Amino acid sequence: MTRYMKDVRSSMPHIAWWVVCVCLALVFLYPIYVMLGMALKGPAEQGLIPPTLFPNAPTLENFSRLASVQGLNVFGNVANSVVVTLAATVGTVLVATLAGYALARAKFPGSGILFFLILATFMIPFQAIITPLFMVLKTLGLNNSLLGLVIVYVTFNLPFGLFIMRNSFAAVPHTLEEAGQVDGCGIFGGLRHILLPIVLPGVITTALLTFFASWNEFFAALILITDQDKFTLPVTLTLVSSGQFGTVNWGSLQAGVALTIIPCIVIYVLLQRYYVSGMLSGALK
Amino acid sequence: MASPAIILIGTFFLVPLIMTFWISLHNWPLLGKHRFIGLDNYQRALNDPAFGTALKFTLLYTLVITPILFVLGLGLAMLVRRKVRAAGVFQSIFFMPVCIGFAAGSFLWLYLGQSQIGPLFDLLRRAGIVDRDSNIFAGMWTALLMVIAMVTWKVVGLQMLLLLSGLQSIPDEVVEAARIDGAGRWQSFLHITLPLLRPTLALVLVFSVAGSLLAFDQFFIMTGGGPSNQTITAVYSIYRNSFISFKLGYGAALSVFLMAILAVVSAFQMLLLRNTDHH
Repeated sequence: MTRYMKDVRSSMPHIAWWVVCVCLALVFLYPIYVMLGMALKGPAEQGLIPPTLFPNAPTLENFSRLASVQGLNVFGNVANSVVVTLAATVGTVLVATLAGYALARAKFPGSGILFFLILATFMIPFQAIITPLFMVLKTLGLNNSLLGLVIVYVTFNLPFGLFIMRNSFAAVPHTLEEAGQVDGCGIFGGLRHILLPIVLPGVITTALLTFFASWNEFFAALILITDQDKFTLPVTLTLVSSGQFGTVNWGSLQAGVALTIIPCIVIYVLLQRYYVSGMLSGALK
Repeated sequence: MASPAIILIGTFFLVPLIMTFWISLHNWPLLGKHRFIGLDNYQRALNDPAFGTALKFTLLYTLVITPILFVLGLGLAMLVRRKVRAAGVFQSIFFMPVCIGFAAGSFLWLYLGQSQIGPLFDLLRRAGIVDRDSNIFAGMWTALLMVIAMVTWKVVGLQMLLLLSGLQSIPDEVVEAARIDGAGRWQSFLHITLPLLRPTLALVLVFSVAGSLLAFDQFFIMTGGGPSNQTITAVYSIYRNSFISFKLGYGAALSVFLMAILAVVSAFQMLLLRNTDHH
């Protein structure tokens, strides 16, 4: 009897832990569930008061209607987001890998300055210099252009990427690389065949951080792009939410939100190991 | 090999940074000629009630959300700090909204809290917290609370993760030793765990302070700065001056103020971190 009591008492915290965690998980997942549910509701069900918990007759109508909101070419906007994000990701990885290698391996003219600049970019966010940044892009003819946006994203994701890549390269022993050079690889060959497989986790982390940052970026895209056809997804949502004839189509808006969020969640679930470790190493360094 | 990085950071970071100071000394409209006016923009900013209100609101937001994120982040970190498989799963769930953008999150929560048709509004009404006909986004405080709820949902996972890694770097033996010496659970947390966690605490604080001082997306989308411009943040105010009124010079001067505030925060962070290195 006493032993039974003891078992109950020791398993109580365990049960309480499960209850608390499950409740919290429901709180965290609830908004995502609501978004999906609303995106799948038909026009009659969307305005019901009180709102229904499950979509009665799930339909993809909201997604197809999204295409006609205010003459908006939403699927073109999705394409813009994909192109800008991929270009920014590839660009950041390339530039950060090259510079990260240089910083980790050799002192070169300007390496001190570059390092100082990186520290400065950490402290001064681009929100604070957006006005002149807009003017620089205008001078270069890169305002209202997706290329301009890509360049801005690459520049402002570089510091994190550089840090991660520099640390990845710094962790590789010199001797390994020298062995490659003796075998006749040359610097670039050595970088590609010997170092790259080892620093691959760093590359994936840099790519993921840039991907999420560029895909979700709102402020610069709002300011630097003025053509509706060139909008990226987050900015496109402002048009959907401003509505037609003063009424917002909440179902279409949540369909747009779903288009924005689902790719992030899929990639997070698939590659969270790299993302989480990257967030940690980026933040703790 | 580092030249692409140097060129990019030079052209799109260093040049705009220096230009910010230069433009701020001018009357600089989007079109037409600019004119040197010395420190007039700064003087105007100091006497601008709209910017003053925006700064105060930004500070208020920062002061309210920082302890909320910290306490909840620490709570979640303690909760998922278990060596069972399920703890990892819950950790992944709590962290998931971090990968969602502020814009998408804001549009989602804008619907959640929408009067009558919003599911969260409905829950709050059933709980007797809001009236049937009320509008959460029509009051400054209720709108602010809604934004804070969204931001907490979106970023608390990151705080949890950072604090968790800080907790895990504290050896179990240290806490156990204190417990053997007769310290209670709460006492050992207060006197052993918290002090050892200081570097992480500094980091977490700076993350949430710097992030809150730069808040824009959530207010632009969820409140539009309203009601009656009461939820305009510092960055929002820079945006309105530079890109709605096209007073680029004045916007640049406001940016310099913002940078100064951020520099103070960064310096404070350095100080906190440096002090902990000696312990």
